[in-house]
Amino acid sequence: MSAVVDEHDHHADDHHDHGPAKGLLRWITTTNHKDIGTMYLVFALAMFFVGGAMAMVIRAELFEPGLQFVDPAFFNSMTTMHALVMVFGAVMPAFVGLANWQIPLMIGAADMALPRMNNMSFWMLVAGVLLLASTLFMEGGAPNGGWTLYPPLVLQPITVGKALPFAVFSVHLLGISSIMGAINIIATIFNMRAPAMKMMDMPLFVWTWLITAFLLIAVMPVFAGAVTMLLTDKFFHTSFFNAAGGGDPVLYQHIFWFFGHPEVYIMILPTFGVASTIIPVFARKPLFGYASMVWATGSIAFLSFIVWAHHMFTVGMPIAGELYFMYATMIIAVPTGVKVFNWTATMWKGAMTFETPMLFSIAFVVLFTMGGFTGLMMSIAPVDFQYHDTYFIVAHFHYTLVPASIFILMAAGYFWLPKWTGHMYNEKIGQLHFWLSVISVNVLFFPQHFLGLAGMPRRIPDYAIQFADWNMISSIGGFIFGASQLLFLYIVVDTIRGGTGEKVSDEVWEDAGKHSLEWTLPSPLPYHTWTTPPVSAPTEHVLDSH
Amino acid sequence: MALGLGAAQADYTLNLMKGVTKVSNDIYDLHMLILWICVAIGIGVFGAMFYSIYHHRKSKGHVAAQFHENTTVEIIWTIIPTLILVGMAIPATKTMLELNDIEKSDMTIQVTGRQWYWDYKYLDSDIHFESHLDEASERVHRTVGADPRSVPHYLLNVDKPLVIPVKKKVRFVLTSADVIHSWWVPDLGWKKDANPGFINEAWTSVDKAGTYRGQCTELCGRDHGFMPIVVIALEQPDYDAWVIKTLEQQKQKPDLSDQSSQQLMAHGESVYLKNCVGCHQINGAGVPGLIPALTGSAIATGKWESLDGFLRAGTSKMPKFDKLNGKEFAELMTYVRNNLGNKVGDELQPKQTALPDDDD
Repeated sequence: MSAVVDEHDHHADDHHDHGPAKGLLRWITTTNHKDIGTMYLVFALAMFFVGGAMAMVIRAELFEPGLQFVDPAFFNSMTTMHALVMVFGAVMPAFVGLANWQIPLMIGAADMALPRMNNMSFWMLVAGVLLLASTLFMEGGAPNGGWTLYPPLVLQPITVGKALPFAVFSVHLLGISSIMGAINIIATIFNMRAPAMKMMDMPLFVWTWLITAFLLIAVMPVFAGAVTMLLTDKFFHTSFFNAAGGGDPVLYQHIFWFFGHPEVYIMILPTFGVASTIIPVFARKPLFGYASMVWATGSIAFLSFIVWAHHMFTVGMPIAGELYFMYATMIIAVPTGVKVFNWTATMWKGAMTFETPMLFSIAFVVLFTMGGFTGLMMSIAPVDFQYHDTYFIVAHFHYTLVPASIFILMAAGYFWLPKWTGHMYNEKIGQLHFWLSVISVNVLFFPQHFLGLAGMPRRIPDYAIQFADWNMISSIGGFIFGASQLLFLYIVVDTIRGGTGEKVSDEVWEDAGKHSLEWTLPSPLPYHTWTTPPVSAPTEHVLDSH
Repeated sequence: MALGLGAAQADYTLNLMKGVTKVSNDIYDLHMLILWICVAIGIGVFGAMFYSIYHHRKSKGHVAAQFHENTTVEIIWTIIPTLILVGMAIPATKTMLELNDIEKSDMTIQVTGRQWYWDYKYLDSDIHFESHLDEASERVHRTVGADPRSVPHYLLNVDKPLVIPVKKKVRFVLTSADVIHSWWVPDLGWKKDANPGFINEAWTSVDKAGTYRGQCTELCGRDHGFMPIVVIALEQPDYDAWVIKTLEQQKQKPDLSDQSSQQLMAHGESVYLKNCVGCHQINGAGVPGLIPALTGSAIATGKWESLDGFLRAGTSKMPKFDKLNGKEFAELMTYVRNNLGNKVGDELQPKQTALPDDDD
């Protein structure tokens, strides 16, 4: 491997004209996968704080019963926008950013397959999110019918003002951006792997993103179609979702969740990939069950298309539909269980150390599993007649998104930032950030299980007195969690600017080079990498399959 | 937990409530079964993980093994969860079928969700009424700094509760007049969406007389949090007496006698809080960009006859209020024209505003 690296250094030194352009224009016109990855990540982090600020408004209003700070309609705007910003502005772009940085590095490609389209998909994302955010300043406020945008509510003149067409066009832009990103990722993985790397040699992160990219291409057009029908119902007198014109409001929900369920896996499959990358490094062991991980990811992706109506158990479906969607949903527990068992087996008999990326990854496995348990509980249709649309489900999906997706994004930041920048982050502050986050996230979301079971519906700005205590505790957890994330911002900035001053090695983490290709490159990474593909790929994870 | 627990008058629970019907008890049992299965799996998996985290660490000098697959183990941990799932699916299917069995009901109630109250119609008798959030909660939740703890059953109380007999199979047909709502009383064990233009069915049979409270559970606009449900289950003789009394009250004609201006204003406020406040707000300011203000409104403060016609006819955005009687029109208009920042200075009496057919 070292021969390859030397040659690479030599190459980088000889071609100064291929370095980044100077000034602002570098970022606007760049086609470099690292620059674009950085922009995605910075944008996602910014949106994480915007969406987080909205969550703080929600938790502040719910701190005590009664009306304190915001009008109910604005509260509904906050829940709606918090979800849209976090899903489409923070989590999805963050994973695309990671894909941009890591996929070419991990498969030995010089860049993404379609670099100009890569630039365009980033800037369309920015346009889409800005368009959505602009509705906050419009007459009648931002959309407030929930992120699911259910008709007839979202079409009602007294509920949503001028925001709807802007939200719809924003979804179109975000959809096109995601699809372009997905095409790029698929093209890169299929065509630009180092000749030595077969599909079943690819790191799990690459595999999970490949499968995610197919999900994106399959479902983003469905969402775009659904919101376009909202648009024509509102402005062009169609009646897709209007019973008075022969339509059906529940039809929208079927279409939406046909998108929406794969969408939630779009946010979790790359998470599995990162966890499967980080845990083996710190356990100093190959990933357990590589092949079954790939198959489990594929199965989860397939199942995600045939379970959508479990979001709609109480909408009034025929009994055959209720039972089918219950059984199909329960099956998801099997491949998901395989993943959790595999991670546990990867740790088993390892030689573990607990640097910040590993801490976040372990917390991910434990807390994602908790979200999985409540998911299994909700798959039981008759019991979901109680859980549905209560804080129990709010707790469930936040467990699968915050201490799962978000924690893994944090883990990825700590794991790869030293490689990208050549600087080590401050481990003490990193660990402080971890412990504050993991404790406060549970104070924030665990009591919401109690609230839901005790009968508190979701999406309400005020509540009965018996819900007061747990709401206050949840809010306190929320404020601490929110404030703790400022530490992450500090660490990221500090690391980029030099961190501890310690010069990191090429491998950064002990023996990381045995696990994946990027650790065989120099630290910090040169602007161009793998201009000559590597001659071999580390295949520790697939030793026996060869 | 000391944070005002004493102030929480209502039942305080951490777990799902058992409820008061056979179905709700079955659901509770299912919930507990799956919860315990999850706890057991959790103890196993997390136990192994934390054992490993404690013992298999580099700082203890543990050397990493290099195994990375084991087909037998992988097959076992695929098959065992599958079997557990089958074990869960059997009781779940039974309960689902039970929940779905709306046959052979003793009576039927039509539930219509509206922004933001429920409308109940007993299809076997002529009973028909609206059920709104109670006035005390209505005032407090709209006022910054008001104390919710001063209101009994804050946000879970209504002016007219739904009354049903115990141990009778009551069938519900649910629909909506505007957007999607969802009717949920946790003690009955289920919720069901009320969809505009479509009818859903559900049923209950309550074992124990008592008062059971719930809320709308589908986001239905700005006052989604403020349309509670109260069900009172009565023993059969009490229920029969309630039916007779309610039918009598329904037949009573409105009292069209003159009122003092204080009376008009006080009654008018009640009518306003029930019918208008959701959109036009407690101070009549409306919502900028969405809902017009009543304060200073030309329609509200113009000729009362045209305001009267406007209210009865409605607009594309505002429902028509021809359901109000002449007495209520007089009270409401007097209130709107002389409060909420308006000072027309007139006083409308029920006899002025009553239409010939208003006495029904």
